[in-house]
Amino acid sequence: MTDTLLEIDRLSVDYETGRGDLKALRDITFNVNKGEIVGIVGESGCGKSTLISSILRLTAPNTRFREGEVRFKGKDLLQASERQMRNLRGADISIVFQDPMQTHNPVLTIGQQMLDIQHRSKQSKADKLAHAAKMLGAVGIPDPEARLKQYPHEFSGGMRQRIAIAMALMSEPDLLIADEPTTALDATLEVQIIERLQELQREFHCAILFISHHLGVIAELCDRVVVMYAGAVVESGEVREIFHNPKHPYTRRLIECDPGHIKERARILPTIPGEVPDLANLPGGCIFRDRCDQAMARCASDVPPLDQLKEGHHAACWLNHEEATS
Amino acid sequence: MSLLNVVDLNTSYGPVNVLAGVSFTVEPGETYALVGESGSGKTTVIRAIAGLAPAQNGSVTFEGQEIRGAPESVMRPLRKDMAMMFQDPVGSLSPRLTIRSLITEPYRIQGMKDRDLDAEAKRLLEMVNLPTHFADRYPYQLSGGQARRVGVARALALEPKLILADEPTAGLDVSVQGELLNLLNDLRERLGLAMVIITHNLSVVRHVADRMGIMYLGRLVEEGTTETIFKDPRHPYTRCLLSANPEPDPDARLERIALKGEPPSLLKRPSGCEFRERCPFAKDICTQTPEWEVDGGHGLRCLAPLS
Repeated sequence: MTDTLLEIDRLSVDYETGRGDLKALRDITFNVNKGEIVGIVGESGCGKSTLISSILRLTAPNTRFREGEVRFKGKDLLQASERQMRNLRGADISIVFQDPMQTHNPVLTIGQQMLDIQHRSKQSKADKLAHAAKMLGAVGIPDPEARLKQYPHEFSGGMRQRIAIAMALMSEPDLLIADEPTTALDATLEVQIIERLQELQREFHCAILFISHHLGVIAELCDRVVVMYAGAVVESGEVREIFHNPKHPYTRRLIECDPGHIKERARILPTIPGEVPDLANLPGGCIFRDRCDQAMARCASDVPPLDQLKEGHHAACWLNHEEATS
Repeated sequence: MSLLNVVDLNTSYGPVNVLAGVSFTVEPGETYALVGESGSGKTTVIRAIAGLAPAQNGSVTFEGQEIRGAPESVMRPLRKDMAMMFQDPVGSLSPRLTIRSLITEPYRIQGMKDRDLDAEAKRLLEMVNLPTHFADRYPYQLSGGQARRVGVARALALEPKLILADEPTAGLDVSVQGELLNLLNDLRERLGLAMVIITHNLSVVRHVADRMGIMYLGRLVEEGTTETIFKDPRHPYTRCLLSANPEPDPDARLERIALKGEPPSLLKRPSGCEFRERCPFAKDICTQTPEWEVDGGHGLRCLAPLS
């Protein structure tokens, strides 16, 4: 089953700023297949958020789509009308945000909010409430009928995030975008949410685009991983390939830096020295070269292409080229 | 003499009993980690130590001096030796002050008029590896990691003996997190700094803490050296917590122990062992109330400990 659901094809997005155009995304290409969980990893400023808002077309006014397409079920969303986008958001594509404390309206009951988002449905109010209760049950909220009458502040953080997931899945979307859904939660709740997402994914067969900077969570949940750095995809592939056989120095360093990887107490933890380049004033060549300990002369002059190294594993690094040609 | 000695600390907000008798000590130069779920009272403990949250009962002594409930006139001079790093890196910096004013504010508050504030600002920024021209910036011009480092610089301005750090690495990227932990480890060695650190990232605890205490519903349920706790957790809650740490390896075989249900309400504490309703290892004896027992430096509150 390799039905492609979402295709990001050579997407380049700029922000127009007083300092000139900030090249937030450059030549982003990857797919999400039906029913697949794809993780996007990268540090702050790598363009994860711009990517999500571009897919949903919820971008800031100074955003310019320079090139490329975002095809959902074969149709380019960048060309869709605002009306078409409205019909898509929350129905075919829905999203769970990072902060469970701020996603709900504090002055409406959970039941009312879950009714409101079913505005497209022609069912009776009683049926809609029953559907809402069933969804709350599915994400593990005990006594869902009674809980529908409560307000967001009466739920814990972990419960609120599960409610947000229940609401996102209510319309049985084909694609669920989860933007760092566990960052604001502690470890036990994080695990609860991941396990719940895996269960729901099996039940509803929706694809999940899971954004996180927590490598442990990505390793546990995702089928495939896309690694982003400074607005570009540097590597993508199956989760095992990426974690066990990374082909881009940035991916390798990122995995090394995770303290979860180091079992013995270390006095000095590995870091990636240097800063992310200024996206408004991009250097030529490879964007990672200033921080890369394996940089060569070629890295300064030419931008490495995202090569396919083997079936499904892509990386943008000249080191692999040397290997391939020699 | 311990640097910090917390004995039977109790905090209630009206009927809500947030801390139900927390005791631990921190020696000079030692790092002590408090871990536990959201709502277990970790933040209240360090805020109560710093005098920022009330504590109706118990005792907090800092270098032998009782400071629980001490008036501001007593606390203020002590804050030279006891600095706080708050949870929200940007939110804890006043948006209207420059970084220079922010990191030199401790000198002004303590009335240290003889200091050259520009020179101090420069020294502090260099210490936390920020460019010195950042002194003229405002908090909104900083990234989360940079704001966090400003928080560290401010906490270290007066060369304290103790730092109280609330989730110092939350929300940071892994590489920046490593930088911050390296910085704290380095300063600890150079300045002999002691730390109480709150975090829910157990991988972080393993690399910075000498000893750790595990909190549940406003009580310590287990305490020991970090090494022993990771190797040989005795309390079922600790075991669950440690097993919930996602590993950055897709092939890691996780023997995950699921916690049942939600933490109970603080308004209605369960009878007997307060963890028993969620405990996968609960036995009949757990309807009785477990006492805090210490054996060879390892503290435990459990009637059916794991071996």
